[in-house]
Amino acid sequence: MISKTVDKKRELSINWKLLRQVILGLVIVAAILFFNARSPEKTSAVLSSTLRYAVPLILGALCGIFCERAGIVNIGIEGQMLFSAFLSYMTNVWTGNLLLSLLVGMLTGAVLGLFLAFLSIKLKLNQTIGGTVINILATGITGYFYQTGLTTQGKLWNIPLGPLAKIPLIGPVLFNNPPITYIAILLVIFSQVLLFHTRWGLRTRAVGEHPRAADTLGVDVFKIRYWNVIIGGVMAGLAGSFLTLEGVGMFERGMTNGRGFIALAVMIFGKWNPISSALAALFFGFANAMQIQLQFMGIQIPHQFVGMIPYLLTIIVVSGFVGRSRAPAAEGIPYEKE
Amino acid sequence: MDNTYSKTADALMDTDKSVILEAKHIYKTFPGTVANDDVSLELRKGEVLALLGENGAGKSTLMNVIYGLYTQDKGEIFLNGEPYAIDNPHDAINAGIGMVHQHFMLVPVFSVLENMMLGAETTKGPFLNKKAAEAKLRDLSESFGLEIDPHAIIEELPVGLQQRVEILKALYRDVEILILDEPTAVLTPQETEELFKIMRRLTERGVSIVFITHKLKEVLAVADRIIIMRRGKVVGTTTPAETDEHGLASMMVGREVILEVEKAPAQVGKVVLEIEHLNIHDNNQMHSVRDISLSVRAGEVLGIAGVQGNGQSEFVEAITGLRRYNSGEIRIDGKRMPQEKPRTLVEHGMAHIPEDRQKHGLVLQYPLTSNFVLCTYYREPFSRHGILNENEILRNAEELMERFDVRAPSPVTVAGDLSGGNQQKVIVGRELSREVSLVIANQPTRGLDVGSIEYIHKTLIEMRDAGVGVLLVSSELDEIMSISDRIAVIYRGEILAVLDAAEASREEIGLLMAGHISE
Ligand SMILES: Nc1ncnc2c1ncn2[C@@H]1O[C@H](COP(=O)(O)OP(=O)(O)O)[C@@H](O)[C@H]1O
Ligand SMILES: [Mg+2]
Repeated sequence: MISKTVDKKRELSINWKLLRQVILGLVIVAAILFFNARSPEKTSAVLSSTLRYAVPLILGALCGIFCERAGIVNIGIEGQMLFSAFLSYMTNVWTGNLLLSLLVGMLTGAVLGLFLAFLSIKLKLNQTIGGTVINILATGITGYFYQTGLTTQGKLWNIPLGPLAKIPLIGPVLFNNPPITYIAILLVIFSQVLLFHTRWGLRTRAVGEHPRAADTLGVDVFKIRYWNVIIGGVMAGLAGSFLTLEGVGMFERGMTNGRGFIALAVMIFGKWNPISSALAALFFGFANAMQIQLQFMGIQIPHQFVGMIPYLLTIIVVSGFVGRSRAPAAEGIPYEKE
Repeated sequence: MDNTYSKTADALMDTDKSVILEAKHIYKTFPGTVANDDVSLELRKGEVLALLGENGAGKSTLMNVIYGLYTQDKGEIFLNGEPYAIDNPHDAINAGIGMVHQHFMLVPVFSVLENMMLGAETTKGPFLNKKAAEAKLRDLSESFGLEIDPHAIIEELPVGLQQRVEILKALYRDVEILILDEPTAVLTPQETEELFKIMRRLTERGVSIVFITHKLKEVLAVADRIIIMRRGKVVGTTTPAETDEHGLASMMVGREVILEVEKAPAQVGKVVLEIEHLNIHDNNQMHSVRDISLSVRAGEVLGIAGVQGNGQSEFVEAITGLRRYNSGEIRIDGKRMPQEKPRTLVEHGMAHIPEDRQKHGLVLQYPLTSNFVLCTYYREPFSRHGILNENEILRNAEELMERFDVRAPSPVTVAGDLSGGNQQKVIVGRELSREVSLVIANQPTRGLDVGSIEYIHKTLIEMRDAGVGVLLVSSELDEIMSISDRIAVIYRGEILAVLDAAEASREEIGLLMAGHISE
């Protein structure tokens, strides 16, 4: 009898959620079509800019998701991104090999992930401090070694996906992008499947919620944590590489400009779920694109206020729309055997 | 080793049940404690072996060694006569050993099915094969009569069903040996009966069970053999046929135990606590407490009997200032008390022994010294001009540990490292060492051993005899009947009757607890 009432409750809540999402989706599609009919170039520009801004946030949020789902708080994403961006860029300067630069960026993220994992799993250091160490190291070291006036052979170029790229409106936005953007989209789907439909994902979530329970079932808590933080590092590394190889094409001091932290907000907004976080990142990207558009239009408000729009929207949405979201229960707590 | 041991061992030698698991000379120490001191035990195929012992006797430690969660300092484990090294739970699971832990090992936000699969995942290619797992679970449920909704989320299930999930989890891994660590501590009498039936069904299929408990009646009801542990050692082996409750109790505690509480007639004084027309609505606007009016007088114990979940928790939380109530009035010594002001209540002489000692009774990460002054730290002599007086706090802890028989390595041990019985004594010590006129005790002996139960009961009676009003809430009818002077029965948030304990019968109260009002 008890289990039946529980059943019913869940069915109801799913329907309600689904309904809300479908309505929201329809509203967005309708709005895009409406604007597209009025001014196609502008719509397409806004959508492209949305995606460009969202990619590093998506990758950063994925990093956060992998770490936190396994129970490790990672506030060093910013530093991982910055370090990877720098080394990617330097590799590009030295060798001109974009693929190698990309790999160096990913490897840098992974190594910093390993470093964070070591600090928090082996040394049981407070994880917030561990992440801060990475952020400070990244700012310090990249700032020290960066020299102006370096030139590169170029950056990652767009790869149109054949006829798909010719579809009106969504073709150029979705199917004519440089590689890291494609990788990011694929990684969202990959992460979603990995977390919720594979053995690895089940164990990862268990370790982030109740490591001792996982341990009593023969799951190696430390191994799962190490690997997830390293995998997360690769994602943050990609985000860094995106900035120098695909986005800006250059390195500047402190160029991540808080994206690693915004990625954390995106992750929370997305309830530690890859697809929802990607949507959240797109929302941030959209707010940013709108802000740019408004500034172009030369509206008579000080641009600082316009620049605030994405953040204001974030506050409104986070406090109103999204229900209470719950972090993995064992997050931030070092696991001790015995 | 011991007389009883060799005698019964001989007597049982010629049974044809083979030994499936044997632990020999296990030693396990923790900093400051010898948890297992040369412990040996053997488990035979298809039997229920009861492991009986006081809190802190080392039962869980021994089982955690066998399950691979702890590594023993010395000693060996044999499986079907062969030495078997168990270094981690994985080895134990492979050896067909399953364990239902005292504190459940379920991931609260996972579904039943996900908990089932964790660590023993069936996959199809790279993906989880949830269908196959569900089919297997349904088969198991059906064949053992353990009905469960595979998609229910653990945290939404009542404890009884959570335990069922734990048992199914072990069966899902094809256990031959099932360790149940204090499984009845969280169950109602009916659920306990149900569990015993399940245990018998399992042994009929050849599963061997180690059943850990400290409840004597249960041991006699369900065990084939009984091993008694005390302070890390095995002190005897016996069978239900050879002994009775008194025999078991004295072996377990190491001295004669008085199972009945002795008390003089109550010397009743003025009313200390008055509750008038108390109503509490829950989130769904349902009454969790309906129009309760009660009074507790100095020098008496008012017991509130009732099956768990009939509004007791909400009721106690409201009168101790931990929950808002929708209407009604609460007075202590005639003074009206404000809502949700625990400190005001404390300052008016209320002591509270909460239901969940780990969540509401103690700060588990704090040392005992701090836990002992949680209600008084801001007053002299523990604090002067806003600065804590550490010496005084330490002295206070030492004194209370002595007076309330708290067994811990030192006063600065963190509360979380203590056994349940000792944790409860810390709470009792803190609450009753103040000047109090009223004690609210909610399930004060839940999950405790005979020694601690006896101690808590004795302390409550002492308080009553010293002229304090005691409100005791318990779902253990035995406890209510042996301690109380008056008994109120709660059913679905309502008090159905208040009876004089001397005249009330078990049957009468039992019926009221099920909602039957006699003419
Ligand atoms: N992880 C641990 N760390 C330190 N001491 C422990 C630990 N587990 C148990 N103990 C101590 O070992 C003794 C035996 O505990 P336990 O096996 O839990 O007893 P039981 O299950 O019989 O109540 C107790 O004194 C307890 O405080
Ligand atoms: Mg125990």
